Amino acid sequence: MKKFTTWTSVAAPFDASNIDTNQLCPTRFNKVARGPDYAKVLLHDLRFDITGTHKTDYFLNTPPYDKAGIFVADRNFGCGSSRESAVYALEAFGVRSIIAVSFGEIFFTNCLKNSILPVALSEEACAEIRRQLHAKPGAEITVDLARQVVRDVEGKEHHFDLHPLRKRCLLDGLDDISLTFQYEKLMQSFEAGYNAEFPWLIKPENQPPASTPKA
Amino acid sequence: MADIAGKPPQTLVDKVWNRHKITDVEGEYLLYTDYLLMHEGARHAFDSLPETGRTIRRPRQVLACADHYVQTKNRAAGFGAIEDAAVRGMLERFERNATSYGLPYYGSDHPQQGIMHVVAPELGLTQPGLLIVGADSHSTTHGAFGCLAFGVGASDALHVLATQALWMRKPKVMKVSVEGKLSPHVAAKDVVLTVIERIGNEGGIGHIIEYAGSAVRAMAMGERMTLCNMAVEAGALSGYVAPDQVTFDYLKGRDYAPKGEDLDKAMAYWKTLASDPGAVYAREVTIKAEDIAPSVTWGTGLHQTLPINGVVPDPAGLADGEARAEAQSAIEYMGLKAGQPLTSIEVDKVFIGSCTNGRIEDLRAAAAVAALGKAKVPAWVVPGSMTVKRQAEAEGLDKVFIEAGFEWREAGCSLCTALNGEHLAEYERCAATSNRNFKGRMGRNGRTHILSPAMAAAAAITGHLTDIRSLAK
Repeated sequence: MKKFTTWTSVAAPFDASNIDTNQLCPTRFNKVARGPDYAKVLLHDLRFDITGTHKTDYFLNTPPYDKAGIFVADRNFGCGSSRESAVYALEAFGVRSIIAVSFGEIFFTNCLKNSILPVALSEEACAEIRRQLHAKPGAEITVDLARQVVRDVEGKEHHFDLHPLRKRCLLDGLDDISLTFQYEKLMQSFEAGYNAEFPWLIKPENQPPASTPKA
Repeated sequence: MADIAGKPPQTLVDKVWNRHKITDVEGEYLLYTDYLLMHEGARHAFDSLPETGRTIRRPRQVLACADHYVQTKNRAAGFGAIEDAAVRGMLERFERNATSYGLPYYGSDHPQQGIMHVVAPELGLTQPGLLIVGADSHSTTHGAFGCLAFGVGASDALHVLATQALWMRKPKVMKVSVEGKLSPHVAAKDVVLTVIERIGNEGGIGHIIEYAGSAVRAMAMGERMTLCNMAVEAGALSGYVAPDQVTFDYLKGRDYAPKGEDLDKAMAYWKTLASDPGAVYAREVTIKAEDIAPSVTWGTGLHQTLPINGVVPDPAGLADGEARAEAQSAIEYMGLKAGQPLTSIEVDKVFIGSCTNGRIEDLRAAAAVAALGKAKVPAWVVPGSMTVKRQAEAEGLDKVFIEAGFEWREAGCSLCTALNGEHLAEYERCAATSNRNFKGRMGRNGRTHILSPAMAAAAAITGHLTDIRSLAK
């Protein structure tokens, strides 16, 4: 995983709550393989009309926000579907951090696993930063993970919480699978105890059959 | 309060969580996973598996169900008959991935194929006390059996494939009690819509919801699954109902449920799982069953729900500026007028199905109403699984639907996910038994009203949203 330390970028204000993953990545684009093509997918149906033409009246499509690397939103950002393609779309667009009052749970986790930092700040702090951004379009803000602060347009710092393990993984660029295999011995002894207590769960007749490649 | 041994009372979450804990590191837990459920959309997890240098740790515990992209018509013609190459490609890729890794695979042509949240319970795989992870947000459904069930994204699905474990922070538990007796024609769907309306679509963030109370205890498994399915729409990580005799009766004799002596041992364990008396919850909400009416969503969030005899709210009357803007935006998107009676809203289409309401009980409820008239608009019935489809046909429900002018289709997610080529046209309005009314969910600029199966069938035979109580007296 890519490391995350500090990130300074143009920030785009989203005043509406409940921006769900279906808006971030409309369902029909779930088929796309991960990569740069996802930049166009982000908020596609707001950014492009039915003929696929770029809508110049949508704020994210024109300078300075076409280069936004941080979104500042309101409540329940990323609610809904578990699709990680919503995160791939943000990543391809160039977004590395999202600041909001609250997040959809699965989306929040998906961000952390892709080196995009979701930052939960109070309703007041989010509203204040969005006000600053509306007053000064194109202004940059900074997210500093080591110190766990957001520095807003006026230089004021807002502290945020993050689980220590997630912080370490982001700072070190450590992915979960590498982390987990450090506990391989514990996993094996767990499985032995679990299988002994619930032997019926691993009986072959209690598990659906394996498949084989079709000719 | 502690028991005689001095052990503090625990919730079901505590018990199942602790039994699956491999280790904890800096406040996060590594949890063993009994089953991983995958659908075609999980391609990103399979794509990345070779890069990790790992393979699937326990392939027999990964259930591969084709549901999101499967055709619900003319399926016998095979993949070759699917016109959209991208859709066909997703089905072929999934089959290749599932079969090359030897996963239990319920593909388009399998007699038990269906939506993974319908299939796993039918097979008897969803059992009390398990930890189930699904690469789909509605994996919360399985909590109806008194297990912990979480929806995850591709990275976590990949992690479970490689390790059969999941890293998680421990959520809080919120108890939602529905006490009393539900009124006639009030369905589990109306209960969960009312719960979301009360606690809000983000009220469950950071929590797992325990559904309790006499109205929940009185529910069949299918209804409990509807409740848990939509816990995620309240923002919760999951939802569950403590297992009881209803749960045990459902599991008995299912293909992969324990049998004989194993069943006795399993039952003894399952009976220990309910939350202890005196267990402490982060939040408790009680709703009187008699206060719940047949309901429908009018907006673009599940919290924008009202009893069917209500009117579209007037944003001008909302004191909070943000709520006003949100309501205004929803009314515009949905093409409605403030003050308009909900029963005056005409629909273009009706969809009965999905992991929320595609089970046999749902089709029975819908068929009973369909029998009262003829569909005035295109109305689709898409069973949640081929097993449900066969059961419905054995009961003659297919004939009732066809006679009433409804379309009887094959099992899959269909219009709910709008991925298999089936979707609403722009500005088309659909009364749907599925789970999300979000902007664009069922097709670009499509408009969705979420309601119960009986209410959906009522809308089909009248052509507009209808109070089921006025039809089925």
